[in-house]
Amino acid sequence: MPHPDTWLCVRPEGLYCSPGNFFIDPVVAVPRAVITHAHADHARPGHGAVLATRQTLAIMDVRMGQGRAGGTQQALAPGETLTIGDVRVWMQPAGHVLGSAQVAIEHQGSRAVISGDYKRASDPTCAPFVPIPCDVFVTEATFGLPIFVHPPASGEVRKLVDSVALFPERTHVVGCYALGKAQRLIALLRAEGWERPVYLHGALIALCTLYEQLGVALGDLRPATGAHKADLAGAIVLAPPSAIADRWARRLAEPVTVLASGWMRVRQRARAKGVELPLVISDHADWPELLATLDEVGAPEVWVTHGAEEALIHAAQARGLRARALRLLGYGDDSAEEAPPN
Amino acid sequence: MIAFAELLDRLTLTPGRLAKIALLRRFFETEADPDRGWALAALTGELSFATAKAGLIRAVAEARVDPVLLGWSYDFVGDLAETVALIWPATTEAAPPSVTEIVEALRTRPKGELPALLTGWLDTSGPNVRYAVLKMITGELRVGASARLTKTALAEFAAAHGRVVAPDDVEEVWHSLTPPYQPLFDWLEGRSEAPDAAGAPVFRPPMLAHPLEPPDLAALDAAAYAAEWKWDGIRVQLVRAPGGQRVFSRGAEDVSAAFPDLDGVLASDAVLDGELLVVRDGAVAPFADLQQRLNRKTASAKLVRDFPLRVRLYDILFDGAEDVRALPFPQRRARLEGWMARHPSDRLDLSELIAFGSIDELAAIREGTRAASIEGLMLKRLDSPYVPGRPKGLWWKWKRDPLTIDAVVMYAQRGHGKRSSFYSDYTFGLWRDDGELVPVGKAYSGFTDEELVKLDRWIRNHTVKAYGPVREVERGLVLEIAFDAAQFSTRHKSGVALRFPRVARLRWDKPFEEADRLETLLGHIARQA
Ligand SMILES: [Zn+2]
Ligand SMILES: [Zn+2]
Repeated sequence: MPHPDTWLCVRPEGLYCSPGNFFIDPVVAVPRAVITHAHADHARPGHGAVLATRQTLAIMDVRMGQGRAGGTQQALAPGETLTIGDVRVWMQPAGHVLGSAQVAIEHQGSRAVISGDYKRASDPTCAPFVPIPCDVFVTEATFGLPIFVHPPASGEVRKLVDSVALFPERTHVVGCYALGKAQRLIALLRAEGWERPVYLHGALIALCTLYEQLGVALGDLRPATGAHKADLAGAIVLAPPSAIADRWARRLAEPVTVLASGWMRVRQRARAKGVELPLVISDHADWPELLATLDEVGAPEVWVTHGAEEALIHAAQARGLRARALRLLGYGDDSAEEAPPN
Repeated sequence: MIAFAELLDRLTLTPGRLAKIALLRRFFETEADPDRGWALAALTGELSFATAKAGLIRAVAEARVDPVLLGWSYDFVGDLAETVALIWPATTEAAPPSVTEIVEALRTRPKGELPALLTGWLDTSGPNVRYAVLKMITGELRVGASARLTKTALAEFAAAHGRVVAPDDVEEVWHSLTPPYQPLFDWLEGRSEAPDAAGAPVFRPPMLAHPLEPPDLAALDAAAYAAEWKWDGIRVQLVRAPGGQRVFSRGAEDVSAAFPDLDGVLASDAVLDGELLVVRDGAVAPFADLQQRLNRKTASAKLVRDFPLRVRLYDILFDGAEDVRALPFPQRRARLEGWMARHPSDRLDLSELIAFGSIDELAAIREGTRAASIEGLMLKRLDSPYVPGRPKGLWWKWKRDPLTIDAVVMYAQRGHGKRSSFYSDYTFGLWRDDGELVPVGKAYSGFTDEELVKLDRWIRNHTVKAYGPVREVERGLVLEIAFDAAQFSTRHKSGVALRFPRVARLRWDKPFEEADRLETLLGHIARQA
């Protein structure tokens, strides 16, 4: 049985499967790409052929424009198997954002799973992570330090609703990423009984509309631009993180600056960003989830793509696993996703 | 402890004053006694155990988590208490300790039990509570609420119970009370009369002056005012009562321990208002010398010797047990002179009254003074009683015309609160002879809101580099910077430190090459010394 080392390797373009002749989440345009999910650091424009889930392809089309998200597109349903060259390929949900999937590749009896970005906490807007037993598990480590433990997201959203009750005249402007976080927040708010309109910054509207078309109900959504200041008093407004403390926010009524991110677990980060109400809500696995996942997939070997690699490798080795860093460049540094703090 | 930990969290992150008051009020309304009293003590800095050092926290944590991971986590977070609060493995959170439980244990249990106690508390708490517990035992419970703000919240809390209480009323009894303040809450909630502060050395809110602007000056009647120098020190209140002697800062903080050389300086009961200065051979030393004595918990013998203190007295509020605040200024002044004659001290002197016949004459006197330790003049209406706060028209501060430089904007940073979306803090520099622009200070006031919008736009359009919240900008904008004094400083690259720099004018008109030179400023300081 050939070790995945011999058929899955890092090239400047990204992770490459030689017997299948394709890249997974390449950082530059390539002839053949398998895409785990549509965040900008994983899904780049201009590839020749693109294989991804139906939802990921739809999101890529909206983000990049028709025709830029792959010369030809092929959709793969969860569990559906495809033979490409000398490998078998299939996908299972990663629980990260709508359409996100892990890529399982099997070659001559050995199996590697590239999980992309993932989380294990429940998310009403996407299918939950499905563990796949494998020989090599390729994992992210965005929150790969034991200080990162994401509390239940419902409790965090309740903090937001409580704060609106305490400051009913102030607009609560919530910084969140356009793909995944925004829709998850809205769905969580609805689950907490928030039936009033949720206002959106222009940059969030297209993806919310697409989520609804793909069957994720989000309730009463309205554009924040053009809304009267009086209507925004006591309202919840979602905006990209870069906008919440910027000129855009001046139109709001005495805004309370809220940021929904896993980094908000650390007070210093919240303070440095001028966030008044930090919400620890992340679409990435926290430390306990990373370790639990290693245990569940049972792979004797772990490759870490990006994040706090050294700590996760240390912990994997303490569990008796072989572990190494892939040192892939270009991930996790895009403002479309949960970028590392600066 | 959960509510207290959440309060601390929100207070540290909330910039707005009113929002902080709302958070505090809600806390006092919803928490029970004596928890809220102990929490109040912690918030106002009246509780400090400082029983645990970083070493103990590290040892307790290393017994529970992998030291390698602890080290990497600490590198990321940068604060040991926060790292341990976050990294501590989750347990049941069955029953986190109450504030009272922690305070009582820290007061009564032997120090050797602390590691086991701490481990137990951390085991039963969530991350916010763990953080609050760790900060409480290390005595670092500094949050974004001043003691004054907390007392304002207490006054508003009382109003909700139908009590008319001013923040100053709380202030006047505050230093007679001890945690957990049951009589205070009984009073604020309308269950009893105000606590009796008789005999205790309590703080009395001071009377403050308004800045004198040209229109006020024109309307001034010289015969109705007394004049004194305005000294460049810090305002203090000396209090002696049967219960002891205290030194209070202008902000009601008991700073007695920092100034052991003022122990016993009042030979009999009184409340005196004055300026704390460093005085050598009869001359007031620069503010930088006094600074050596500030923001310290205590003072070494060497410090006391090298930076000798003196309090220059402006006023008397209590003569013995008699409240003389309602008397007009000349009568209080006579009382003060009488008190000083009876109780002389080498650490006290009287603020000199300046004789003048007209406002013009006074202006000439003000212009004529060169001493750096004088900020300007104080004008006090002769018929004015001593009124707490800043009543208009009774006391005026008439500062010397500030010194100014034309400086070039180098960096800008976002402001706080309402200004957090604006680049409102400006680092400015002067030209050195070798052609380098050297930063000499930072200014964040002195411009109008309209000017701020223009400045903000200019910064955004001329950014060359962004470092987190800081933007480096192109050379091109000159600001006229006013400041009260300049001193040599080894801590700054430029070699100078400016006191209270602010923007006097935006010089859109001035070519940046023609901004002032550093040497000019250095020369100015040299001549002054
Ligand atoms: Zn992602
Ligand atoms: Zn990613």
